[in-house]
Amino acid sequence: MQELVNIFVKSIFIDNMVFAYFLGMCSYLAVSKTVKTSVGLGIAVVFVLGITVPVDFLLNKYLLSAGALSWLGDDFANVDLSFLSFIMFIAVIASMVQLVEMVIEKFSPALYTSLGIFLPLIAVNCAILGGSLFMQEREYETIAEATSFGLGSGVGWFLAIVGIAAIREKIRYSNVPAPLRGLGITFIITGLMGIAFMSFMGIKL
Amino acid sequence: MSTEATQKEPLFSAKNKKLIFNPLSKENPITVQVLGICSALAVTAKLEPAVVMSISVMAVLALANVVVSMLRNTIPPRIRIIVQLVVIAALVILVDQVLKAFAYDVSKQLSVFVGLIITNCILMGRLEAFAMGNKPWPSFLDGIGNALGYAWILIVVAFFRELFGSGTVYGFPVMEWLGFYNFGYKNNGMMILPPMALITVGIIIWIQRSRNKDLIEEN
Repeated sequence: MQELVNIFVKSIFIDNMVFAYFLGMCSYLAVSKTVKTSVGLGIAVVFVLGITVPVDFLLNKYLLSAGALSWLGDDFANVDLSFLSFIMFIAVIASMVQLVEMVIEKFSPALYTSLGIFLPLIAVNCAILGGSLFMQEREYETIAEATSFGLGSGVGWFLAIVGIAAIREKIRYSNVPAPLRGLGITFIITGLMGIAFMSFMGIKL
Repeated sequence: MSTEATQKEPLFSAKNKKLIFNPLSKENPITVQVLGICSALAVTAKLEPAVVMSISVMAVLALANVVVSMLRNTIPPRIRIIVQLVVIAALVILVDQVLKAFAYDVSKQLSVFVGLIITNCILMGRLEAFAMGNKPWPSFLDGIGNALGYAWILIVVAFFRELFGSGTVYGFPVMEWLGFYNFGYKNNGMMILPPMALITVGIIIWIQRSRNKDLIEEN
């Protein structure tokens, strides 16, 4: 249990998707103009990451990694399909996003309308594919660890986008040098937030 | 056949040249179109991975543009995103395997970012905006042009980060060779850390927009 909490906290603060690995920057920059929309997108990302990372974990463990097919019999023990992982992961993500969209539409129309266009766009958000690829690279051992990593990364991304949206709402009233307005200042603020997040480095529960 | 050839516009007409040169400055994918930031920032701590990454993106982008442009009349619009993703993912797998075979160290340094070329917004953006509506040759040029626009930002950022962060350029110890350390010069370790990539790109945007006033945004 302690291990799970450790992974969760670590993936929120230390290995933050935005500040440490720059994943999901495109939608982070494009959708962070108001707090309201960024909360919607953030929740959708937490949701999708929490589902796709465990599913991709199972795929990786029982289908793709070296020797994973040994449950089929000894003949398959040497098969290594890991070169297929990119295409499998992206297919899982695209179909999961579709599925999540349909489920939300059916059971919670209010949430569905508030997420709007963001749900389908999540399929091409690098934070989602990045989550699965990091899960594969870091070799988590149980599905619980993979899930807590996925949820933690999602929450980290959520915090980052809501934070920058709040700052951007306020910065409208400041006198930013004209060439820096918009994109430029957002980059620099993100950099400064990243430096602040680095102060969490080395924390271990 | 011969009449068709005479009617064709020359391979490097003024219009086609624009496709290559516009993305270098006023339609730059990173600083103006805001595409493909994720990977651009993460691989720029050193020059070598930045160069390898640029070449990989160029290969994938140019080929994907050509393939999708050839298929453009046969792809049903409803499923075009999946088709595009499959084309991109297949090309990225090729690039990844080539890197693992011939440049293993660099491919370890790039780690997940080669795979993340799949969700690099430059690819989807250019496929949607250009290749779906244009012939293969202009699409190829558009791909090369946008990849070059992406590459020069990557290389400039990586140059400054490596120079000030580790005192080397492409692994060559410039600062030591110039003898700066004798005067008490120290490497700025901050430049290696991720946040400085964002600030460096911010400064590039600042310089670019103060030279080209058309690009300035309303707050």
